[in-house]
Parts: sequence; C-alpha cells; structure tokens
Amino acid sequence: MTRSNAKTIKTIRIDIAKCNGCRACEVICAAFHAKPQYSSTNPARSRVRVIRDQVADIYLPVYAGEYTAAECAGRDRYVIDGREYDECAFCRASCPSRDFFKEPDSGLPLKCDMCESDPTVTEPMCVQWCLSHALVYEEREVAVEKVAAGDDVDIGLKALADEHGWPKVMNAIGRMGEK
Amino acid sequence: MRYAETGFNLEVDLTRGSIERVATDPRDTEFLLGGLGTNARLMWDRVAPEVEPFSPENLLVFGTGLLAGTPAPGCNRTIVSAISPQTKLFAFSIMGGFWGPELKHAGYDKVVIRGKSPELVYLWINDDKVELRDATHFRGLGTLETAELVRQELHEPMAQVASIGLAGENRVFFASIEQGRSSASRQGLGAVMGDKNLKAIAVRGKKDINIARPATFIKHCTDALKYIEIRDKNPIPGVMPILAGLGSPQEMRENDEQWHTENFMWGNARHRRKGFWTGEIHEKWTNTMETMRTRLLSCHNCPLKCGAAISVDTRICSYMMKCFSKLTYTMAAMSDLDFGLKIAQKATEHGVDAFSAPQTMAFAIELYEAGILTDADFPGWPSDPEGRFYWLLDHIVGREGIGDVLADGTYWAAERIGKGAQAFAHNNIKKHEQLPLKLGMLNPIYFLMYSTGEKINITQIEGNFPQTPFATKEEREAFVKDWEHVPDERFKQWFLDWEPRGEKSIPNYPPVDATSEIVHWQEMMHYVDDSVGVCAGLSSFPLKPPYHLHNWPSIISSGAGLDLDEAGLQHVIRRTRTLVRALNILRGMRRADEKPPDDHWKYRFPELETKLLDAYYRFKGWNSDGIPTRATLHELGLDDVADEFVRRGILKVEDEKEDAAPATAPSVASASDGAASAGGAP
Repeated sequence: MTRSNAKTIKTIRIDIAKCNGCRACEVICAAFHAKPQYSSTNPARSRVRVIRDQVADIYLPVYAGEYTAAECAGRDRYVIDGREYDECAFCRASCPSRDFFKEPDSGLPLKCDMCESDPTVTEPMCVQWCLSHALVYEEREVAVEKVAAGDDVDIGLKALADEHGWPKVMNAIGRMGEK
Repeated sequence: MRYAETGFNLEVDLTRGSIERVATDPRDTEFLLGGLGTNARLMWDRVAPEVEPFSPENLLVFGTGLLAGTPAPGCNRTIVSAISPQTKLFAFSIMGGFWGPELKHAGYDKVVIRGKSPELVYLWINDDKVELRDATHFRGLGTLETAELVRQELHEPMAQVASIGLAGENRVFFASIEQGRSSASRQGLGAVMGDKNLKAIAVRGKKDINIARPATFIKHCTDALKYIEIRDKNPIPGVMPILAGLGSPQEMRENDEQWHTENFMWGNARHRRKGFWTGEIHEKWTNTMETMRTRLLSCHNCPLKCGAAISVDTRICSYMMKCFSKLTYTMAAMSDLDFGLKIAQKATEHGVDAFSAPQTMAFAIELYEAGILTDADFPGWPSDPEGRFYWLLDHIVGREGIGDVLADGTYWAAERIGKGAQAFAHNNIKKHEQLPLKLGMLNPIYFLMYSTGEKINITQIEGNFPQTPFATKEEREAFVKDWEHVPDERFKQWFLDWEPRGEKSIPNYPPVDATSEIVHWQEMMHYVDDSVGVCAGLSSFPLKPPYHLHNWPSIISSGAGLDLDEAGLQHVIRRTRTLVRALNILRGMRRADEKPPDDHWKYRFPELETKLLDAYYRFKGWNSDGIPTRATLHELGLDDVADEFVRRGILKVEDEKEDAAPATAPSVASASDGAASAGGAP
C-alpha cells in the first residue's frame, strides 16, 4: 500500500571536514539506547558509526538504516579530495558484509530512530554531543511516497529467518511461547 | 556486577606464552580506585627492588583508568607502568587515544605483561579470544606502519594498536609506545616492551561498560560538556593563549609561538633567543603549520582537539602530533618549524620521546663542539645541523656507533663518555631530561613540584594554580570570582596577595606552608586523573577545568558504584600517591635526588629550599629524607609497606618511636585536617 504524503523529514547534516574522530556520537548513542537508559555504553551497539582511518585521514559518521539480507554484488570506490572511500562507507544498511549496525550478541539489526523517545529530546543525542558541529540537526518538509514499513518485530524476525530459515524460527517461537 | 570497570585483568607470561583471564578483587577498587593506583599495587606485590628494568621479572602493565570508556568526556586514559631503564624507578606514562576504551570493551581493565618472549610477537585481544602472534615480519618497522599492517593482517580495521618502533626493539632508554593519535612517551617504557620482545598489542572489543547510577552519572557528563563549550568561548584573560583554554596546550591550533621560542631554551636547553619571533618568522611558521596540518584530532569521547594529522609527504596524514613536540626538534636543532615537523614524522615511526630525543641529539652536538666527541665518533655525518639531527636519530634508534651510547639518554651517555661530558647533561631530574626552561628567580611552588614530582615531568604535577601572579589586584579579584575549584577559600587569598614584585612575590611568597598546600592540591589532581583515567587537559592541567575536587567524588561514585565523599577521595588518592613514593623509596630514591637542575633558576636560595622541602615532607607525612613514616603508612592502611621498610632497614624502630612523638605527629594531622576542611567535613 502506498500513499502520497507531505512529511517533515528529520535530517542530520554531516560535515566530514569538521569531524575530529572522537566517537562521542557512538558513545552517547549506545548509552541513550541502553536499557535502562544510560545504564551502559558500547559503540558496537551504536546506531551511528564513525568510519575511521587515521592514516588515510578518513572520518565519516554514518547512520544505521534498513536491514538487508544480501550483500551488494559489486562495490565501488569513491575518491574525494584525495581520500579513497569504500562505497560501503556511505551506506546505511545493516548487511552481511560488515559487523556494523548489528547487536553484538544477537546479531539483530540496529536502526537510527533519531532518538525518538518519551520524554522527547530536543535533538538526537549524537548531535547534542558533537561540539565540533560535524553533526547538525535539521528538519525539512518534503512530499513523499510512503511505503508502509514493518515494525521492529517484523524486521527482527525477518532477519532471524534470513539467518536461520523460517522453520527454525517458527519452532523457537512456538517453544518459547509455551513457557 | 562491576561498574565502570570490567573486573578482569589479562595476565600474559611471554616466557611461557601463557594467557590468563583473572578476576580482580572489588576491594582493590575501593582501596586504590584503578589505573595508576592498582598498577602501583601490582608492582609493589610482584616486583622486588632488585629487579632490573630489562629483567623478565619487570612488569609492564597497561592499566585503564577506572572511568575510561564510560560516557564521561575525556575519560580515555591508559596508564602504562614498569621500572624505567633510565631512572631505574617506577615509571608511569599515560596515553590517550582509543586503546584504553577498546580494552575495556573487550572485557579487561589491565594487560599485565611479564617474562620475555623468545621471538618477536604481538598480542591480539579480540574480546574473549586472545593470542600471541608472530611479529618477526614486522621487525624494524615503524610504529604507525606496524599498526596498519597488523590491522590488515587481522582483517580488523577497527582494532586499536599500541606498538613500538626500532627504538623500542633496540631498547633505547627513551623509546615510546605509540598508539596513532597518542603515546606513552616518557621514561622509556617502549624499551621495556622491546626487551620483552613484544612489538604491539592490538585490541578489539564489543562488550558493554556498565554504569552504576545512570541518571546521576549522565547528568555529570552533560554538565561537563556544557561547561567545556562555555569555557571554550571564554578563555581566561591575562594568561597566554595556550594556557587560557582547556585541553593540553593548543599547540596544533595556535600559530603564535613567541612565548615558547623566546622564553624556552634552544639547543641543549642552552640558548635563549629574545627577539627571535619577528613578523617574518610568524608568517613563515604559520604558513608551515597551515600547509602541513591537515586536520585537528580528538581522543576517544573528547570534544577538545589537541592533536593534529600532519602531512610531510604526499600523504594527507603522514603521522599524528600533539602538544609541545611541535617545537622540541625545531628548537633543539636551532632550526625552523618545517624541519621540526618533518623529523618528528621519522621520530614518531621509530618511537622515541619528543622531549628526551631532541635534547640528547643537541647534547651530542654540544659535546662535539666542545671537543669531547670528535669526527671519529661521527663517521660520515653531514655539516648542516638538520642533517646531523637525522644522522643522530638513525644512529640512536639503530644503536650504531656513538648512537649506542646516546641511546641511554644524556645522563648515562655522559657517564659512559666521561671527559667532563657530565656537565653537558645539565637538564635532568633523577636522570631524566626535562623541558628546556632556564629562568631567573626561584619560584617556590615550582621548586617543590620539580623536586618531588614522581612522574619527573613538570607538566604532570603543575596545573590548577596559575603559574605566575597576575599583574593587578583587579585582575586577581576577577580571576577568583568563579574559582570554585579550590580545595578551600584560603587558596584564593594566597593568589589575591601574590604580587609580581615586592614583598609578596617569589621567592618568598607564597609562604612556605601555603606552598606545600598549593603543590599538594595540584599534585593530588593529577593523581585523581591517573586513577580515573581522564585526560589531564580536562582536570588537573588547565585553570578552571570542568572536573575538580568537588565534583569528582559524585562522578566516580555514580559511575563506578562507590560511595566516596571529598575526604574519602582525598584519602584514597593520598594512599596511591604514597604507594608510588614507597616503590621509589624501595629503589633507593631519597631527599638528595629531589632537586631541580642546578641551572634551572639563576637565583637560588639554599636555606629557603631546605625549609620548603622540610615543610612539604612534613605536610605529606614523610620523614626528613622523604620516606613515608610508619604513622602515615598506618593511617593509609599501608602497614605492609611500613613492615617492608623496617625489614629492609629503610625505616628503623627508633624512627617509629620518633613518629609517635608529638614533634612529628601534628604534621600528619595537619595534612588530614586540610583534607577534612576541604571536604567540608565537621
């Protein structure tokens, strides 16, 4: 089902020239999303990662987007101002080709939610903690064709099914549901 | 559950090739926090004073600070410790960067290394999987080169690597351990790592670090961030730009180097060049910096940008630099900034300390000019000073010819060379090269800090109290208005009364007893930092930092699940500081060793200096030889240290009787009174 819609898009403007590679965005993201909130931190759970190569002078914050089961068939490289970036550096997907944007213990995909929470926060936490202003929060109005997306449970189950097959997942759900 | 720390150390025996994951006792954390405190305890428990620096029994410890890796901004420090080949004392050098937090996320607070590997190896810590791997194919490679090749070999671009270069492999006494953006540089810990045949430690971690009381802790973190932002926009008026802000001195950002180039000494800490900083030089050096500096860089979870990527060849980043290493090679070689940044690239790859290395090279040139060393000692060396520095660097890190002698640093090299060379090793404290500063009038605060600082490096004890008095009463009154950091209001009064000249100026002001307290406070802050694992640049080093004595107890307690008040924190820190001293006392350090270089000040005051040292020792609860007394050790719960002192004849039973007598007891009491009143205790 699709429908036409005017929508406020939440945007983080990323200025990679201003990034100093401190990874505060990762630290606070993981802490904010910890349960209970702020009870732990772990960049491996962060929904923003700084793709970072000190020797190549690459500092590129990238946010977790949709989960995908398949790797890309081809991978290109971008050369920008003498720095060579892997195409994956710009990609938001949680995918099999890298260990970003997956819960380290379960392997389940992570996705940036712009820190939507109750009570609400003024700006995503990564933006608040980036005093270099490499990350700046912006809102803009756009017209979109919106495809209804599945909720977190759907995404998680699909990821598990891709990994282990539906029969195994169904079996586990049945078994655990009985407890 | 353990909070802020993991509760596990990695114990690695390189002789046997064994690796163990060992649970630590939470009571150790209550007793000594973490980082430096528990590093010192491991040294006390396991390494006898007879153990030589290059013995397999010397313990090389990489200990993360208690709060390292938590969301507290700037908490990213690793305290590296071992017995130093240069000073033969307990050495601890602190590195920032990203390595420490990564180790915590892998599930360990410390890596404790003993023994000696038969072949060159590196340690690969990947969460629960830890292994020693062959590193013979990395022999002789640079520190950054090695880190890069290790990451490639492991297919782990996210691994953090601490490594040594040729200098460490060849046991150069001032070899560093480099870690990309940061390093543990002082006192030759890289040489100990090289002696153990350990080329690198690579770490990757994906586990959680837990916080005990999240709401309180995160409030402290955001308060600190907000304060940093405001403080950055409001530099302190009346002090030079590099001391007006936060962080380590902003050498990568500031282009005005008049103060350093005209007040610090050039060559072998020898020549002052007043009037050096002309408009032409300013323009040229600014151009060098703007061209070669490609990006300002931060450490883990810190908004300050104290480091920089430097390009000296076709690469956008050839290496990373921080702080005063910008100028040490330039000034030692009497050259210019372009040369300084270029040779620092080679020096960083080889892994040498940027204080000691250039000074040792300038020392060699002086010995040559004085005829103590001759052409025969320098076969084939060029005639220009820059070329000679490159020649010396290569020969020192390769330990070739005279380089083998110089590789032991100025003190030991002078001993080996003889022929009056000792007079040229003139800028050392406890056999370790110091900042190239030579001044006029003795400053009592700095006299004590230079003499007694256990890290043997002035920047690691100075900080929260202004270096010099402000010119006018109005400026001083303005400064103390929001000076909430002081342990007690009387510190403000000492600063208000401190005049640039006249009766209440150096050397006679601050008064002797006030000087003890000012030094004690500044030192205590550094020991807090090295236990907690925060960068000094956000706590002990700058004026009016975000972290201070009054907020640390709650930050530490809410992060690590402890229950510390101010008096409690001061007590623990005194214990750590005393334990560090005890290690060095065991190794023979005494009052006679506690002095600045003879020529540090032109005007010296032996009687005043004696009084200062006497008063400070009393304040600390040490006897007149600088040895912690039985009463002090008992008060700090370190009776086993006292017993060992008695067993070894360092303290005598009759001393103990003296301790108990009223003559000494009040001094100990006054120290704890100070702590109590600072803590607002009844």
